[in-house]
Amino acid sequence: MANILAIETSCDETAVAIVARGREILSNQVASQIETHARFGGVVPEIASRQHLLALNPLIRTALAEAGLDWDGIDAVAVTQGPGLVGALLIGVSAAKAIAWALGKPVLAVNHMAGHIYANMLAGPVRFPLVCLVVSGGHTELIYMERDLDFRLLGQTRDDAAGEAFDKVARILDLGYPGGPAVDRLARQGSDVLDFPRALLEEGSLDFSFSGLKTAVLNYCHNVRQRGQEVNKADVAASFQAAVVDVLVQKTAQAVRQLRPATLLAAGGVAANSRLRAALAELARQENVALGIPPPELCTDNAAMIAAAAWPLFASNRHSPLSFTAVPDLDLAAVVENC
Amino acid sequence: MQVHSAGPRATQELAEALGRLAGPGAVLVLSGPLGAGKTCFVQGLARGLGVTGVVNSPTFTIVKEYRGRLPLFHFDLYRLEDPEELWDLGLEDYLAAGGVCALEWGERAAALLPRDRLDIALQPGGPREREILFCAGGPVHRKLVEELMDCVDTGR
Repeated sequence: MANILAIETSCDETAVAIVARGREILSNQVASQIETHARFGGVVPEIASRQHLLALNPLIRTALAEAGLDWDGIDAVAVTQGPGLVGALLIGVSAAKAIAWALGKPVLAVNHMAGHIYANMLAGPVRFPLVCLVVSGGHTELIYMERDLDFRLLGQTRDDAAGEAFDKVARILDLGYPGGPAVDRLARQGSDVLDFPRALLEEGSLDFSFSGLKTAVLNYCHNVRQRGQEVNKADVAASFQAAVVDVLVQKTAQAVRQLRPATLLAAGGVAANSRLRAALAELARQENVALGIPPPELCTDNAAMIAAAAWPLFASNRHSPLSFTAVPDLDLAAVVENC
Repeated sequence: MQVHSAGPRATQELAEALGRLAGPGAVLVLSGPLGAGKTCFVQGLARGLGVTGVVNSPTFTIVKEYRGRLPLFHFDLYRLEDPEELWDLGLEDYLAAGGVCALEWGERAAALLPRDRLDIALQPGGPREREILFCAGGPVHRKLVEELMDCVDTGR
């Protein structure tokens, strides 16, 4: 066996998982802070750090119990090094280093974004080369991988992340936090009748921009309310979501046609969006590539994905020194620099 | 000083001029409603500071750091409930780092920021037009606004 204990504390969720050989989930524990943060309409860093601190040790004990292991059964400790909130990351990084040192086992520093991509590997083997659309609250990126741990950034957002646009539009529509699922649900009751802009940027660019769309939604709601009329929230949600998904899929299609990968992957919290999943499935069929999207519970932040991304590091003996630290703006290109 | 901006590009050009003039320790507090162009302004500022990479929204991580002629620390306090949380993020270190601090929704933490700072309010006048109001709190930033005014006046 080779069991990796993984810890993820980069943002909302305190998560601990134990995964065998990077694939078989023995335990996957997530303590959500969403309820706490919903009151504030977003993440609150200091509260997030304190909650991580309180939740982490009980979660580790629960994970060990569920996996039926004691400490001897752990072969390595993996942890999210970044990107994320610095105070939140430090809780996980400190815990992982302490455990690894006490056990005399290696510690593996993992990039959160790599984790999202590798969530796909938990479902079964994935063929390279691949194109992955990573869409979450903090990121919107298209990434090309020719082989394990080799990441090439094809495009990224120039302003707001897709998930951030969902959260902000949810706030404009008073739908609460997190915004993604709320907009997705409401959109099913509305129709895509409002012509919101799709920013495709300059010819050939694989970058994204969602700030103008957010402003367009805001201006539309403002104008309707100023005329003393009621905003049809369901139509706004449906039209906004359609605009986001259109742009995400058009850029992804462009990347697939350029690079002809064997596999198309999606990852991150927004990959749980029903319209995006359907549109990517259609694209994969048209372009004749294999499609991988993790089940919704592995799209959102979790630690099993961190163990999955740590597996190739472990298997090739690329351990991190105990001196490594949290990096809030960690780059995907830095994934193997720590070893 | 108040400047009328016809659209995002004009806003960025103004911000870029400010970026060329800003010295170490500059503190810029950006206020204005959602979609007013705060991130857009900071993108121009970054260009003026010689930052070459992509500058996108820091809403998720609260602060992002860029390397230019001077370091740029781009904050977004949108998600902060209590301004005191800025201490936990290491605000003092950022302020003392000899770079330029630009804080979106920064008015929420005004009490924690040095008095000598530049408040920049972006007010929508239409879908694209903005009135941009500069208000300096002390001599260092007053001088910065004067220099900016010269630039704007001569149309550079």
